[in-house]
Amino acid sequence: MARIIVITSGKGGVGKTTTAAAMAMGLAQRGHRTAVIDFDVGLRNLDLIMGCERRVVYDFVNVINGEANLNQALIRDKRCDSLYVLPASQTRDKEALTQEGVGKVLEELGKGYDYIVCDSPAGIEHGATMAMYFADDAVVVTNPEVSSVRDSDRMLGILASKSRRAETGEEPIKEHLLLTRYSPQRVERGEMLSVQDVQEILSLNLIGVIPESPAVLNASNAGIPVVLDIESSAGKAYNDMVSRYLGEDLPMRFVEAERKGIFSRFFGG
Amino acid sequence: MGLLDVFRASRKKAGSASLAKERLQILVAHDRAFRNRPSYLPKLQQEILAVIRKYVEVDMDAVSVNYEQDETQEILELNIVLPDSGGRG
Repeated sequence: MARIIVITSGKGGVGKTTTAAAMAMGLAQRGHRTAVIDFDVGLRNLDLIMGCERRVVYDFVNVINGEANLNQALIRDKRCDSLYVLPASQTRDKEALTQEGVGKVLEELGKGYDYIVCDSPAGIEHGATMAMYFADDAVVVTNPEVSSVRDSDRMLGILASKSRRAETGEEPIKEHLLLTRYSPQRVERGEMLSVQDVQEILSLNLIGVIPESPAVLNASNAGIPVVLDIESSAGKAYNDMVSRYLGEDLPMRFVEAERKGIFSRFFGG
Repeated sequence: MGLLDVFRASRKKAGSASLAKERLQILVAHDRAFRNRPSYLPKLQQEILAVIRKYVEVDMDAVSVNYEQDETQEILELNIVLPDSGGRG
């Protein structure tokens, strides 16, 4: 049975889809059969970030309604053989994701895959609760900023009470904190909450810190998950996140402001 | 304290991050306390008030219901404020 990972946050625009794409690609690159599902019915975007938007024929809701089977709807990634994308539907009917329907699709997928990554929509509405209901693990994506931290805490409450694991009394969902858009320079100047601050407030296991980086926008512009840009700080940090998820013990990188020497100050190094 | 120290001290304290942290800690603690309360509390409060008002004339805010939880126990605290001069009958 596959392990189901939900990428969630509550607040929009913090990097859920970027993280879902990175997590899925990272796991697949390490040889695990992985499927990534877009739960944002009506506002699909994962296909764009993954660069497969022109290959979408059927979607998640088609599969739930029996209009297509899973194999017809799954899009195989062109860069990595063990990665498949299940796009969201553009229908405006959000209730199309029934708990029974989602459960069936996940169960069928679970037979052939090692990991299923669920890209949750923002908010605490139906789509978001469906994305987290069946999860085994959760990555709570948070920006070092007040509203994002508060919303993440709200999500933790929902993860603890409104999931299959909570309802059946199984071991609770394993929650991880991912800090994104982190700027060590601003933290040093006292303008931004630090990693320690956020951890202290949320008391969660930290799975990674992704620095603010132009590589993220470049990657989404091109439809290439940023985790593949291994030259960039964000790409490296996302790779570390995947390795940590798989149990490796790695120190956090890019959390200290770079010390610029006089030489590089002058020459813009 | 030299001029340089003044500059350093002001740099350390100038940031707004510590303010953000303080506000968040209070808010999150409050949110969490509220989250763990049983959902029947408001209705319980209403009904108790209705029963008391059958016998004693009290204000609408005469009954307060408080819920606290720690590691080992849950405490449901009811506080009813009766008027000085007794009730109707």
